[in-house]
Amino acid sequence: MAYVKEIKEYYSSQLEEIKKDGLYKEEKSINSTQSAEIEVEYPIGTKSSKIINICSNNYLGLSSHPDVIEACKAGLDSRGYGMSSVRFICGTQDIHKELENKVSEFLGMDDTILYSSAFDANLGVFEALLDEDCAIISDALNHASIIDGVRLCKAKRYRYANNNMDDLQAKLEEAKGAKIKLIVSDGVFSMDGVVAQVDKICELADMYKALVMIDDSHATGFMGKLGRGTHEKHGMIGRVDLISTTFGKALGGASGGCIAGRQEIIDMLRQRSRPYLFSNSMAPVVISGVLKVFEMLSKGTERRDKLHKNTRFWKHGLEDAGFILTKSESPIVPIMLFNAQLAQDFSQDLYKEGVYAIGFFYPVVPKGKARIRTQISAGLTTEQLEKARDAFVKVGKKYGILGKSKKEIIEMYPLSI
Amino acid sequence: MEMKDIILEYVIEEYLEDEDEVLTFDSPLISGGIVDSFSMVSLKRFLENKYKISIPDDKATPEAFDTVDKIVALVKEYIN
Amino acid sequence: MAYSDKVRNTYEGTLQGIKDKGVFKQERFIHSSQDAEIEVEYPAGAPLQKVINICANNYLGLSSHPDVIKAAHEGLDSRGYGMSSVRFICGTQDIHRELEKKVTEFLGTEDTILFPSCMDANAGVFEAILTDEDVMISDRLVHASIIDGMRLCAAMHDTFKHSNMKHLEKKLQLHADKRLKVVITDGVFSMDGDTAKLDEMVALCEKYDAMLFVDESHSSGFIGKTGRGTHEHCGVFGKIDIITTTFGKAVGGASGGCVSGRKELVEMCRQKARPYLFSNTIAPVVVAGVNKVLDVLMGSTERRDKLEKNTEFWRKGLLDLGFVLQKGDTPIVPVMLFNAKLAQDFSRDLYDEGIYAIGFFFPVVPNGAARIRTQISAAHEMHHLEKALVAFKKVGEKYGILGLTKQEIIEKYGL
Repeated sequence: MAYVKEIKEYYSSQLEEIKKDGLYKEEKSINSTQSAEIEVEYPIGTKSSKIINICSNNYLGLSSHPDVIEACKAGLDSRGYGMSSVRFICGTQDIHKELENKVSEFLGMDDTILYSSAFDANLGVFEALLDEDCAIISDALNHASIIDGVRLCKAKRYRYANNNMDDLQAKLEEAKGAKIKLIVSDGVFSMDGVVAQVDKICELADMYKALVMIDDSHATGFMGKLGRGTHEKHGMIGRVDLISTTFGKALGGASGGCIAGRQEIIDMLRQRSRPYLFSNSMAPVVISGVLKVFEMLSKGTERRDKLHKNTRFWKHGLEDAGFILTKSESPIVPIMLFNAQLAQDFSQDLYKEGVYAIGFFYPVVPKGKARIRTQISAGLTTEQLEKARDAFVKVGKKYGILGKSKKEIIEMYPLSI
Repeated sequence: MEMKDIILEYVIEEYLEDEDEVLTFDSPLISGGIVDSFSMVSLKRFLENKYKISIPDDKATPEAFDTVDKIVALVKEYIN
Repeated sequence: MAYSDKVRNTYEGTLQGIKDKGVFKQERFIHSSQDAEIEVEYPAGAPLQKVINICANNYLGLSSHPDVIKAAHEGLDSRGYGMSSVRFICGTQDIHRELEKKVTEFLGTEDTILFPSCMDANAGVFEAILTDEDVMISDRLVHASIIDGMRLCAAMHDTFKHSNMKHLEKKLQLHADKRLKVVITDGVFSMDGDTAKLDEMVALCEKYDAMLFVDESHSSGFIGKTGRGTHEHCGVFGKIDIITTTFGKAVGGASGGCVSGRKELVEMCRQKARPYLFSNTIAPVVVAGVNKVLDVLMGSTERRDKLEKNTEFWRKGLLDLGFVLQKGDTPIVPVMLFNAKLAQDFSRDLYDEGIYAIGFFFPVVPNGAARIRTQISAAHEMHHLEKALVAFKKVGEKYGILGLTKQEIIEKYGL
């Protein structure tokens, strides 16, 4: 060790820089379970207060649902807490296989492989399937985990403009000579809430003989009539070759992710995918919860329907009040503020009004596109949504941005370069 | 000592775990699994320090580093 | 979609190739909790068999310990199942912060940041703290997740021969001109069970102004007199700049990992590490279990002491039978067989004798270094270990390898 003064000072100055740019992320402590109303301690050390949470990925309100909790307890008693092993050594239980089968059935795929997280799934999928003679054609706004997975893979990389099918086609044209071509896109883009044109992607894939991979982390469980995901919404069940998704959002919210897909592809991943071979099996206690979630989803679409009703109500309320929203078609509803500092201040003021929604800024979104990202849950009541809307209107008035255009807001709150 | 002997000696000392293994001027280093792509960097640095040269990154390819003979040829390109 | 016959054939061919080489990994289904004895379905569809498990990372036998299960039950009631969020949005609970404090105290560092797994900690830490002006100098046998983390980082990367301090020193001299230098090693190497020379590494790092990074996944909780890890064992507790470790092995075995170390480095990770910013927080139910485990470990060394005793007995037993082992004194005890096919056959025969230990071969270990890796647990009782020794003896005799040297085994089975 030689953590000398110079090194310490170097890192301290880096951190100062982040603070100066208004990009410092400060965590708030939640002293309750995850739900529509939570108890938050902020700043740390102060008394906690009860507030409405509209920024979790708890889309279906299942993260602490009593039935899920009960299933977990039963699971703890029958299959334990941890496995202390990767899958192929001694980390595969009957319930792991059961969950893989459930997911395959739910998504309409041949087979499924579980990972510790969807992040790890995306990190490990490309390198295991594609070599330097192959090509990956990736949407420019794909999730960070896809970007990192692609960075770890030797295949040639092509990036197409977000959701732009002409550009995708141009890139497929460029990649024509590759041995295997894989198009990869988020199903729902998490920062904007925009849904990918999965039907058009599949058409182009057919035309150019490319595989299609969709990350449905922000869709599985509630997108489409039966909540199967963006492939269902676009009538493409059976036509997408790989789907990666998470159990860490709508499906209970604990942890874990997976890739569902063609039989040989899943077989390959089990033999070759590094995060699968070198990281722990999903904990039994978590699996028990996810299994319960799938059981609940198979019984009806009530929660999904309520989520969509809530989302419509929320969007209309904000639009009527004069906020600028993205063209979201999902429960992700971002309110655009552009300036990072404004986003932070806005969030603070909402907090004082009893509403928890945090500001997003670089590097999570591009510079100059700071926002408050709200996410609607089936767990929210109409009263809670009304209260949250009133808080937004009050704070919006304070900063004088209601009814203002993007240009006007930027004039009032200029972007730092 | 000639350049190629110096480089061979460095490679033997740097990369061989088993001292009995035999290495010659045309033994495949990268494709033969003796030098992995991570460890190539120190070979490049060694050459640059030793011969006061600078090898551009795009010239330091696994192919150009695959045998001692090839490395010698590469180094000679940059010695003026 | 265009999952054409050509694509299907490509993957089918590769899979067949893996099978032909005898390195296809087949999973066995466990119908019970993780413990010294487990119920296994293998091959798929076969009736359940009760076997002794000697290949889990369940070093302290806490993966399904009643106290941990109870703590998880309580955690479910008070803090729920999942958080459906990353840390910095709405995924930080009081119990996450409590766990970070406990780990900091346990490891003797300044601060700690949790990750969904140690894989993620290693994947994210280097890129968060280093740039292309810096250099990472790693042991050639570090864990795959560290390698992936280094691949994602722009800093220069070099290696030194496994545990070779002279070679490390040379590398530190070679890269003396770099702005920041980090020396990277596992505390205990998972495939061989040997221990890094952290005392010598600390001295070298001081001499050359380098930071020291240690992955303690296979040592936190049981290596060292009070189980704090390799740094305690080597007498350099408090002197490691960056420690990564997991809660997925000895410390409960569910999931989660962390980076623990200098305050500013941890803070840099909070602001910049991609798996921290872009992946879920550790689930509350898991955190509740780990908090309990750390309380147990800080309260008593009983479990690690039993593990040490078990390990001594096991190593001695195998050596007396005439097996070739990797040198070391950790609970990772690899029985060397060299040939991949032999390792697989040996494992299957052990299973028939009621012992669960699987074969390891390329790419998890180098070609020609196939083995059965056994891992001892504090959950094992003497009768478990005795029964396992009887089985090893029987199978070892069947293949005629007892008392043979490495050379002789290789001559007999080829590579």
